[in-house]
Amino acid sequence: MIAFLIRRLTQSGLVLLVMSLLVFIGVFAIGNPVDILINPDADQEEIERAIKALGLDKPMWEQYWIFLVNALQGDLGRSFVFNIPALQLIWQRMPATLELAGFAMFLSIFLGIPLGMIAGLKPDSWVGRTIMSGSILGFSLPTFWVGLMMILLFAVYLGWLPASGRGETVDVFGVPVSFLTLNGLSHILLPAINLALFKLSLTIRLARAGTREAMLMDYVKFARAKGLSNARVIMVHVFKNIMIPVVTVLGLELGNVIAFSVVTETIFSWPGMGKLIIDSINVLDRPVIVAYLLMTVSMFIVINLVVDIIYSMLDPRVRLGDMKS
Amino acid sequence: MLKQKLLFGLALAISLVFAGSVNAQTLKIGLKSEPSSMDPHYHNLTPNNMMALYVFDRLILQDEKQNLKPGLAVSWNNVDELTWEFKLRSGVKWHDGSDFSADDVAFTIGRAPNVPNSPSSLGRYIKQIKSVEIIDPLTIRLKTEKPFPLMPTYMSTFGIVSKKTGTGASTEDYNSGKAMNGTGPFKFVEFVPGDRIVYKRNDNYWGEKPNWSDVIVKPLSNNSARVAALLAGVVDMIDFVPTSDIEILKKNDKVSISQTVSNRVIYMHIDTARDKSPFVTDVNGNPMDKNPLKDLRVRKAMSMAINRKGIVEKVMEGVAIPAGQLLPDGFFAISPNLKVEPYNPEGAKALLKEAGWGDGFGLTIQGPNNRYVNDAKIVQAIAQMLTRVGIKSKVDTMPKNVFFPRGSKLEFSFMLVGWGAGSGEPSSPLGALLHTYDKSQGFGSSNRGRFSNADLDAKLEQALATVDREKHKNLLIEATEIGINNLGIIPLHFQVNTWAVRKGLVYNARTDEQTLAMGVKPAP
Repeated sequence: MIAFLIRRLTQSGLVLLVMSLLVFIGVFAIGNPVDILINPDADQEEIERAIKALGLDKPMWEQYWIFLVNALQGDLGRSFVFNIPALQLIWQRMPATLELAGFAMFLSIFLGIPLGMIAGLKPDSWVGRTIMSGSILGFSLPTFWVGLMMILLFAVYLGWLPASGRGETVDVFGVPVSFLTLNGLSHILLPAINLALFKLSLTIRLARAGTREAMLMDYVKFARAKGLSNARVIMVHVFKNIMIPVVTVLGLELGNVIAFSVVTETIFSWPGMGKLIIDSINVLDRPVIVAYLLMTVSMFIVINLVVDIIYSMLDPRVRLGDMKS
Repeated sequence: MLKQKLLFGLALAISLVFAGSVNAQTLKIGLKSEPSSMDPHYHNLTPNNMMALYVFDRLILQDEKQNLKPGLAVSWNNVDELTWEFKLRSGVKWHDGSDFSADDVAFTIGRAPNVPNSPSSLGRYIKQIKSVEIIDPLTIRLKTEKPFPLMPTYMSTFGIVSKKTGTGASTEDYNSGKAMNGTGPFKFVEFVPGDRIVYKRNDNYWGEKPNWSDVIVKPLSNNSARVAALLAGVVDMIDFVPTSDIEILKKNDKVSISQTVSNRVIYMHIDTARDKSPFVTDVNGNPMDKNPLKDLRVRKAMSMAINRKGIVEKVMEGVAIPAGQLLPDGFFAISPNLKVEPYNPEGAKALLKEAGWGDGFGLTIQGPNNRYVNDAKIVQAIAQMLTRVGIKSKVDTMPKNVFFPRGSKLEFSFMLVGWGAGSGEPSSPLGALLHTYDKSQGFGSSNRGRFSNADLDAKLEQALATVDREKHKNLLIEATEIGINNLGIIPLHFQVNTWAVRKGLVYNARTDEQTLAMGVKPAP
């Protein structure tokens, strides 16, 4: 166990190092952020001052070395645009994204599993067929288009829900959240549904496949033979067994939702990290881009690690020492 | 049936809860670009400068047509050629109740160019000041080394901050609101990056009081989402209405449109300096040692080959004005002699032949695809028009974060760019785009074609040292005529700035693209 952890952590460190170098080279290759950030009216003297102020006058390897030394002390640099430490900037935007992602996952689990089970139990009924066709749409329609259509329908045409922004927030342990007020809830509903649509379809498909498979299993036949009610067979025995693949996949998808809610956040002007990273890329705000990607990679590393450890606890046949980390 | 009724009831309930909770005197604005900071001196860029105007007055203000009008200074004049004297407004109070005086102006002039880590400072507008002399609390003199006619214009570019609150204040203190003590029409309430900026009215404002007790500004960067937010009533006003939506919005009886010509000219910059230009080839696409773009006749032919009216009507959907010089009619120092080049493809062919390029040549045109209105489409249209007269043109458009760094490294031969004259007069585009590149004097910083003409340089430099207003103006006109007649750039069109507001409001549309709550009024 310990050996496994040490090996995994060393590898993770290496991954982070390579990643930061790649991003550094990539952003450097695109160009000089000062060309975009500066007022076009500025003269050469002013351009040089700005380049120096942002530390861009040094050669690339030296900039990277300075970054590396500071990063090891926990400082990932200041945003070129906002003059705020990059980590702090991401930290400020994180609650909004986490809330949106959490709400979207909530929707996809609590709608997706029952719908998927219904579709699995009655695959040939019109209900089952409708659910499955719906999930195909959810899979294949592009997020940005669905988002715009939702705004058009619910905000512009019907006027039921607000078109953008985050609405009122309440502080819970110092973290602003919006799902506790009616106004905040009305703001989060559309973006969350938009973000959830793909995961929802995924969950429906996983739950349906699981249900169809489980219904043919011996333990279901046995439970039926024992005279258990249909409800108990489905809610207890089938349900528990289909949860294994669903939980595995959704766990990994959670990382995706958090890191890549870019499109939804942009369309709904949701003040989260996704919008921040897009804005930062547009102006080549390197410290923010690097910090964001480092954080995302760390998040995936941690999620994978946790999944592996949980596996080994759930299934005695899996031993961490044997795993190729 | 019951289900339907339930659904309907639910919908009704939701819409009732969310409607009508907003104060009638609250104005909500949806903006395309968000300021990076509340500090009025941190980042010299339009979104920051315009948001600073809500809270911080300037010595001199610009009206919606960029004419100068008194702000914190009531009058200004030259004591001698090297000294400008500003008489300050009396009785002006800071938001915290203290008195405004010349000390605050002197403090601001010291701070504005020196904000730490500024990605674009205001130094450009201040460095001509060699010394500041406070005569009395309401009189201040600014001394320069050389005569400096643009002083009033430059003094209209930055907000005055309070010495009392501003001493030792950092950019963070402005973002948090601690140092947001201005004299302007609105008081600062809160800044939540990415979500909103909130202001309330300054009831003790010295000038015309705004109609709005509260203003909420929201960044809505996505074009469609911004229009949707207006139609849904989430905001009362949006800027940068996409050209494709303007006709639809005009027909909508819930909104009205405010438009005016912009100070932004869209133009083609041309590599007129190098003998071997990177994207000029012969007809078959092979590299060439000769650069036809250096020949004035070729440039003239290119200008004649461009159908500006066609671009305005078809690509810009009528929302632009064909351009024949650097600024549209109505601005200071406009040449009466320069006209829009008429579309004349036959004449262009003849001229190319005369210049020895009757068989044409190959060219790749570069342009941004997310900076100006319909930028990529304009480049495509121009490529087709040039190909029609024999210049086989290819198109290469890219995001602005790739385009501008490459353009500044002189990697292009023929490129589409835009220039907004923030000062409202032609010395800014003349100095930056057409004057010979001169690092020591700060000229030609955006001269990405490296055009160079000694006459133009001399006229412009003379204009910039002539305090006499009429002489200054005539010199600028002469310099403009030299630059345009020699086709240092090919002007295409002036953009038109478009705002959409909720029915019942009007916006005093501005040439400088700024969205100011002070200019929004109930319709008469």
